Amino acid sequence: MSAGHSTYNPQNGFMKWLDARLPLPRLIYDSFVAYPVPRNLNGWYTFGGILSLMLVAQILTGVVLAMHYVANSAMAFQSVEHIMRDVNYGWLMRRMHANGASMFFIAVYIHMFRGMYYGSYKNPREVLWILGVIIFLLMMATAFMGYVLPWGQMSFWGATVITGFFTAIPWVGDSIQALLLGGFAVENPTLNRFYSLHYLLPFMIAGVVILHVWALHVTGQTNPTGVEVKNIKKETVPFTPYATIKDALALIIFFMVFGWFVFYLPDYLGHADNYIPADPLKTPTHIVPEWYFLPFYAILRAITFNISIPFTDVVLIDSKLGGVIAMFASIAILAFLPWLDTSKVRSANYRPLYKQFFWIFAVVCVLLGWLGSKPAEGIYPLLSLIFTVYYFAHFLVILPVLGWVEKPKEMPASIADAVLSEEKPVSSKAAAQPAE
Amino acid sequence: MKLRSILKAVTGLAFAVGLVGTSFAAEEGETPHYPLKHPRHVHWSFAGPFGHWDIPQLQRGLQVYLEVCAACHSLEYIAFRNLGDIGYSPEEVKSFAETYEIEDGPNADGEMYFRPGFPSDRFPSPFPNPEAAAAANNGAAPPDFSLLAKARAPTRGFPTFVFDIFTMYAENGPDYIYSLLTGYEDPPAGVEVPEGAHYNPYFISGSAIAMANPLSDGIVTYEDGSPETIDQYSRDISAFMMWAAEPHLVERKAMGFNVMIFLAVFAILLYLTKKRIWAEFKRKEKEA
Repeated sequence: MSAGHSTYNPQNGFMKWLDARLPLPRLIYDSFVAYPVPRNLNGWYTFGGILSLMLVAQILTGVVLAMHYVANSAMAFQSVEHIMRDVNYGWLMRRMHANGASMFFIAVYIHMFRGMYYGSYKNPREVLWILGVIIFLLMMATAFMGYVLPWGQMSFWGATVITGFFTAIPWVGDSIQALLLGGFAVENPTLNRFYSLHYLLPFMIAGVVILHVWALHVTGQTNPTGVEVKNIKKETVPFTPYATIKDALALIIFFMVFGWFVFYLPDYLGHADNYIPADPLKTPTHIVPEWYFLPFYAILRAITFNISIPFTDVVLIDSKLGGVIAMFASIAILAFLPWLDTSKVRSANYRPLYKQFFWIFAVVCVLLGWLGSKPAEGIYPLLSLIFTVYYFAHFLVILPVLGWVEKPKEMPASIADAVLSEEKPVSSKAAAQPAE
Repeated sequence: MKLRSILKAVTGLAFAVGLVGTSFAAEEGETPHYPLKHPRHVHWSFAGPFGHWDIPQLQRGLQVYLEVCAACHSLEYIAFRNLGDIGYSPEEVKSFAETYEIEDGPNADGEMYFRPGFPSDRFPSPFPNPEAAAAANNGAAPPDFSLLAKARAPTRGFPTFVFDIFTMYAENGPDYIYSLLTGYEDPPAGVEVPEGAHYNPYFISGSAIAMANPLSDGIVTYEDGSPETIDQYSRDISAFMMWAAEPHLVERKAMGFNVMIFLAVFAILLYLTKKRIWAEFKRKEKEA
């Protein structure tokens, strides 16, 4: 399914002239028109396209907001209110940008879980998957720094807590934190560098997205059967119109959800405390990050004990460093997923055991998110620890072992087989025609 | 069917863990959960997809603000010109602005001076600085009113917050303010209220609030015959504060309706196009 032969045929003199000098139209044609995709992609495969458009939407609204925003700790909060009240449609731009970030994460989580369900990360798509993990990391950094810009209470204290992680690193931690903050506490220099980076990182994301799409177009898409395309003619369709129309429909439905939040529940996904200007002297009762960070926040807080050499008082890793390591490891472990999953079968549709563990894992992630929103008291830290252990066990124990012990269901010989048997379940024709 | 049973299991598990969690938290009893009482629900004209302002109510709310609240609470993000949005003519706004003395300057001699307000001026703060506000109020500066209706939102808890997505519940701010203003009561037996604080079970960050009950029946005289009760005053000021916090709320919802209709029609057209494209594909394939 890789690039293969270009079928681009310039229609007029100018396009022929351009094609001989800069074949950009050919690249676009081959990538988004003629590019063959498996014919059996379902709705879960539309989130890549949705994510690309959300990135564009975020950059567009962000550029407009940046025209009115003032990155100064004395004026940032006011300038956001100025956007909300006095700038023409400023309220719309800001609501779209803030809720767009949440929608971006909803889409990326669905996209990632789809990849996990259908084994999209497996040979030969490891690099494609790792590029995705890098995009996810960049997104998290961008979103975190964006949340600091309005300079409300949660912005300020969130920044204080998150940059505080770095002090956990032995020896160099304090210097790294001072470098990040531009001082010894979250102040105006912090806001300035976060603003600068918040403007820079989306373009880095865009760059990695290009690599991600490139890698995708080299290996071709997976599909719900997990069987590779064997016969391009029979098993794929040109991207346009067959995939574009599906993507467009999914995008519009996604925009309806987006619009529901922007127009009717614009503050639902945010935190009320961020409407209070940042006050370094007043700590909010519960400092909570944005919802999309909650599972990782729960993992961070789950480590409440020091790890020491047994029977001595020598602390190897104190609880703070332990939490930070666990949190970063919970993301880093995703990059190793292609090798931790030892099964040769891609799609969970043919892996009865993995399918169940996949859903358990999804529930555990949701529960971790719920625990992240709870104060660290009572039963919550213990539950967080249990689910954190399960989170890592899923990758380090369950996935490797499943690959060895699981007996996969019988798989279709090809996509064509799967599609035909689905379309005419009791057809004698399909049976009479043996698969090639 | 399979998906449904999985979903059932998931929600069941979540419920179970949630119950265990809350019961443990209750047993521990370390930090009592504030507010002690959930805000009461009020029917607001601006709630729901077709929400709109009740202009006479906002004007009454402004009156309550000016006659009661403005002595201590600033309204720093609202300019006099913004009152044009709640039904006042430009002339009314101009003459209202002129009733204020606004500090300006320095003039050519380097002196600060006072002049009558312009419509473009913002409501001046009752205190010269936050320190003065705190000093005059037992150490706690009265919060600014411009964003308060969005800055106070008691958490709704599971599973209510899930239903809120579908019911479009976004009025916990004004509900909270209304409940707080109507919620002053004598402390239950055995509850100590610190000096200078006032028991109020609706207060978001404790059982007692520094602000004394600011309202009493008849404290503001309405000209439109609305009831002059604490309940009515509280509704009116809460609605006014919601407007102050989100002046484009009605415009936002009205645009939302248009956007939703457009997207829905567009989605239907795309769905039909998709069906047709794929039907054609399958027909051609059969022929081949």
